[in-house]
Amino acid sequence: MPFGLLKYGLRKKYPAERHFTPTKPLKSHYDVVIIGAGGHGSAIAYYLAKTHGITKVALIDKGYLGGGNTARNTAVIRSNYLTEAGVKFYRDSVELYQNLSNEFGYNIMMENRGQLTLAHSDAAIRSFRWRAEVNQHLGVRSELVDRQAIKAMVPNLNLSENARFPVLAGLWHADGATARHDAVVWGYARGACQRGVELHQLTEAQGIDVEGGRVVGVRTNRGRIRCGVVVQAVAGASSVVGQMAGIKLPIHSFPLQAMVTQPYKPILTPHVSSPHVHVYVHQTSRGEFVIGGGSDPYPLYHTRATLDQKEILSAATLELFPFLAQAKILRQWAGTTDMTPDYSPIMGLSPVENYYLDAGWGTWGFKATPISGKMMAELVATGRVPALIEPFELERFYRFEQVNEAGATAASH
Amino acid sequence: MSDSRLPPPFGLQIERNRLVHFSFDGHAFTGLEGDTIASALAANDQWLLSRSFKYHRPRGFLTLAGQDANTLVQLPANPNALADVVLITEGLEALPQNFSGTLKRDRSALLGRFARFLPVAFYYKAFFRPRGIWQLWARFFRKRAGLGVIDQSFDPERFTQTYRHCDVLIVGGGPAGLASSLEAAAAGADVLLVDENAALGGSLNYAEFGDPSAPEGSRRETLISAVEASEYIETFTGAVCNGWFADNWVPVIQGKTLIKVRAQKVIFCTGSLEQPAIFRNNDLPGIFLSSAVLRLMHLYGVPPGHHGAIVCGNWEGYRAALALCRAGISVVGIVDFRPRPQAGHPLIDQVMDCGLPIWFDHGVDQAIASNDQNHVVGIDIGALDCGAVDRGNLSRLHCDFVVMAAGFVPTYQLAAQAGGRLTYDDASAVFSIDQLPDNCGLGGSVNGFWNIEDVIEDGVRAAKEALWEKGASGGLESRGLDNERINFPWPIFAHPRGKEFVDFDEDLQIADIVNATRDGYEHIQLVKRYSTAGMGPSQGRHSALTVARLVADATGKSVAETGVTTARPPFAAEQLAHTGGRGFFLARRSAMHHRHLELGAVMLQAGAWLRPAFYGVPSERRACIEAEMRHVRRAVGLIDVSTLGGIEIRGPDAAEFLNRIYTGGFKKQPVGKARYALLINEAGVVLDDGVACRLHADHYYVTATTGGVDSVYRSMLKWNAQWRLQLDIANVTSAYCAMNIAGPDARAVLSRVVQDIALDEAAFPYMGVRTGHLGGVPIRLIRVGFVGELGFELHAPQQFGEALWDRLMLAGKDANIRPFGVEAQRGLRLEKGHIIVGQDTDAMSNPFQIQMDWALARKKPFFVGHRTLQELEKQPLDRVLVGFEIEDIQQPIPLESHLVLDGEGMIGRVTSCIASPTLNSIIGLAYVDADYAELGRSLTIKVEGGARVSAKVVPTPFYDPKNRRQVMES
Repeated sequence: MPFGLLKYGLRKKYPAERHFTPTKPLKSHYDVVIIGAGGHGSAIAYYLAKTHGITKVALIDKGYLGGGNTARNTAVIRSNYLTEAGVKFYRDSVELYQNLSNEFGYNIMMENRGQLTLAHSDAAIRSFRWRAEVNQHLGVRSELVDRQAIKAMVPNLNLSENARFPVLAGLWHADGATARHDAVVWGYARGACQRGVELHQLTEAQGIDVEGGRVVGVRTNRGRIRCGVVVQAVAGASSVVGQMAGIKLPIHSFPLQAMVTQPYKPILTPHVSSPHVHVYVHQTSRGEFVIGGGSDPYPLYHTRATLDQKEILSAATLELFPFLAQAKILRQWAGTTDMTPDYSPIMGLSPVENYYLDAGWGTWGFKATPISGKMMAELVATGRVPALIEPFELERFYRFEQVNEAGATAASH
Repeated sequence: MSDSRLPPPFGLQIERNRLVHFSFDGHAFTGLEGDTIASALAANDQWLLSRSFKYHRPRGFLTLAGQDANTLVQLPANPNALADVVLITEGLEALPQNFSGTLKRDRSALLGRFARFLPVAFYYKAFFRPRGIWQLWARFFRKRAGLGVIDQSFDPERFTQTYRHCDVLIVGGGPAGLASSLEAAAAGADVLLVDENAALGGSLNYAEFGDPSAPEGSRRETLISAVEASEYIETFTGAVCNGWFADNWVPVIQGKTLIKVRAQKVIFCTGSLEQPAIFRNNDLPGIFLSSAVLRLMHLYGVPPGHHGAIVCGNWEGYRAALALCRAGISVVGIVDFRPRPQAGHPLIDQVMDCGLPIWFDHGVDQAIASNDQNHVVGIDIGALDCGAVDRGNLSRLHCDFVVMAAGFVPTYQLAAQAGGRLTYDDASAVFSIDQLPDNCGLGGSVNGFWNIEDVIEDGVRAAKEALWEKGASGGLESRGLDNERINFPWPIFAHPRGKEFVDFDEDLQIADIVNATRDGYEHIQLVKRYSTAGMGPSQGRHSALTVARLVADATGKSVAETGVTTARPPFAAEQLAHTGGRGFFLARRSAMHHRHLELGAVMLQAGAWLRPAFYGVPSERRACIEAEMRHVRRAVGLIDVSTLGGIEIRGPDAAEFLNRIYTGGFKKQPVGKARYALLINEAGVVLDDGVACRLHADHYYVTATTGGVDSVYRSMLKWNAQWRLQLDIANVTSAYCAMNIAGPDARAVLSRVVQDIALDEAAFPYMGVRTGHLGGVPIRLIRVGFVGELGFELHAPQQFGEALWDRLMLAGKDANIRPFGVEAQRGLRLEKGHIIVGQDTDAMSNPFQIQMDWALARKKPFFVGHRTLQELEKQPLDRVLVGFEIEDIQQPIPLESHLVLDGEGMIGRVTSCIASPTLNSIIGLAYVDADYAELGRSLTIKVEGGARVSAKVVPTPFYDPKNRRQVMES
């Protein structure tokens, strides 16, 4: 029994510790308004307060804390990307993640169980080798592994030569991990609120006030706020909110669905992903199998679930793990992925002065939460774009300097 | 053994003369046909079924309707099976789940003693100091996680899926659903009636409607026999309607079949779910919902025990008491949370007549467990003071079972998925559902009707509305049941020592929910996520209302404002086998597939296609490939290229269309000639390539890559939807087979079998296209040179593929013709310096990077991507695809994707590389930063194992740069 829990058992009264700001009226002015109290928004608020001492901050959300894609993603953390800019960025994110529980004093339950991505074609082997080579060169643990190694790691994987798409090789990413996604946003929001940031849930941004090319305020369902800086961190609605400030973003939003089974005794340790069969599977610490795959084939803002996608995910899962036919699906849900042309995020300056973008998070937002929060906070505090996120500026699309991660993303969230 | 069963009419679903033997937890039991595992065990006085998720508390059934997680048991290759749904069969072996030691003495139950040290969300609050320690704790927790055991050796049968269309789908075969079906059928609608239970009837089979003048038995038989007699109604029983998807696309699971129903209208007659009362130890085996007790007696004829106590906040408790008395089971009394009604009530009189004591305005302080903790033996009750039990003056009722009747929540899940909004009126504690779309309706108790006549009438109304229009038949006012309140607003009795279970799946107590709000998690969704309430297998069916009430109370809001969490599909757990179906993963084979196998081909996956990689044994892979390559260079080879995409473009605007979609110029292309066709997107990225053959002024046949053709075709359709040019586009990939005969002897071999096409150089030059016949089969011949030798690509209707292959192989016998596979082709084309789109290009490659400026017709007024290329051209080139050579063939061969380095900086990567048998050196293509692209420059490549080898930038093609091999006069 860890000592941390003793106080709960030994005290007569529950030692409640209020983690977030109680609901109170909005002030008329803040130094910074962050639209979107998801993982990213909360992380930005946290680092603004902690690192830069900027605490006159309103963190607003139209729903509840972390109720958007932070609540809907499948909690995969990894850095086995393809481009130098991408790998460095996600590598730093994974490093921040490693220390997050202790920094927060709040357990985000990060588990390094590794990620195995399966190759079923020589084209996949080529692209995995590319990722492995770039990753290793930049200090990220990725390697191409053969069927024997895969067998040792995941003995119950369908490695039959007679499978429709026999497994030829794999990309093993020992740094791959999962964490409790809710705990990440709660930890950040709690740390931000402890330092004076105000969290306002059920506060919807309905308009952005821009004067002379410079942002001056946000209109909400609870009234107007004047402010010096606005950061938008609204994955799933990036282009909609950007539009309020008159900014057109190169983003198309697609639903991404996932599902989870009932809890079973643990039989799968790493995260297993197959871009070819379009599915990934991991077993949570509660014993549930989390199953996800590719995005829906059409743009949509609705987060409805479809039977078609459930059938596709199920059939694909059974290709990899036929015995999971006996597992029972408990819940199916959808999030919205803001897809950019190069499968990389958009961070940094916008055409509107003092209006900063944290957008285009597609299927890679959760894993980037700490580093994007830290970098965006630095940008807000200094007004200068940190070198690590320079490659991800909106401007890159006008300069043909995209950060192409298309090969590192499909169905390996 | 059936002596203990109650006499008929109890036991509606059992066959009293048919014994069924089964085992549970290794002990043999006997039940009756029609019994579920749970009812048969109950008949054997076995109430303990499972251990709970967190504290390993003993659990028995709560609902007996497959709605709670307490009944999850392990069956062979079927973990987490519902013991109150699965019928027993001869020899069935069921096992309990989630215990250490034995089910009756679970060592892990000790955990419950430490519950006070495990507050809500305790795992966030500890286990992380010092840094890294969580990895160890996580392993410990993981060992304890989960319920049932997955059989990993299980090789599953594939379940089937079928389709069904109907005018009206009615979900639920209770009184409302039956009446609704009859009404719809009478109007001539094609009706599908789905019920999850083994038999139709719903509550008519077990509920006590308390109207002696109209016994439920006769009402049930009338309705069911009418439904069964109707030719317009098809019924599925034992079938769960498991979700609602857009446009009334509804999955129904029956046995091992998933029936996908598309219905014009759906009427949800899904009934209601009874809710537990919340008091200390309310989870002990022997404490049931009133509906569960009635099901147990009426459906299975099993008495719930010998002496029962009723705890209730509505009249359902009285009705259950009367049914128990009628069955001769002793009732020790009724504990009514409500004050005595001043006006009295007929049910009070009836109960008094039976001699039962009633304690009004009383609540339950706690339930008392037997010595072994595995069953209830009594309850402590006390007077209520402002909703709380006065603990100063408790009395104990000794009993061996407890019946809870606190209220109902409509079975709103499906309706909510369809867009319905669940609302709650705090004053009357009544739910309602509104905002359903026009193609869905509600009938019966899910719609707030309780009186049996009202329920039936509401079912009829729902059918009328579905068939005519909403509101056409007028709303039905609830007649109510003597102003009966079905829900008691606060059946929650906190105890200083806790263990009042709110969520049985997750072992959550009142304090857990309240403390979550005190920690700042006030929104109902945050409470759910922080406490895990509602995340278990029963998805909050019995906790959502209590959680909402507790949160509302703790945050000073109304229950209506607080709301409940989203009801996501599926409704009940469904196996992946159901939704996975047969798993149709397309496999495409060319017409010559069997010839390749006969020739000993090793096949590889190319998209959905299977293609010969090479011919020979896998252990001699490299030698086989090199032999095939040499043979093409020296003599003649034949390769199956049927997988190449083929697209027909016909119409007066065909040339204009190609001119716009591809980068090159096509308008002046002569008939009978082929041209290279490069496709880029609007961002200037290379997407695909092929050749465009002009067969007629208005007719092109365009090839595309194996993997790219489908998206090329889609993209063509998309563009022409905008341009509206006069032409037709057809993807004819599967309609044609194709093979390439290549090598110095190709012409000689071909001329033996092709008579009506002149093959000599003058008549049929390089990049010429001809049509003619081979053995009477119409063919198209294209003179291309992908592999760098004299070659002819032959395209013909696919059904002749095998015959044409045989003819060519026979014709080439003297010339020693040999088949070659994809690997040899890749090597040959690399020697010739040809790129493969997708291998030598990536999602950022533009024509300048791959040095294909020559394929751009810049003077054209427009082509897709043109504008971007103009912009790109103004910028310095960032990287270039170059040829490189390592002269010493003994050096390690770089693999595709190995990095090109300058010091420790990454300056590029290899995209293709082989040890060339023709040139006797290692050659390849690599992207390098533009600064490194000059000819003769030395490059460093990091190969397998980290060694570095030195290569030199050289011009391409590596082989036959002057193109002499293409023009070999016969």
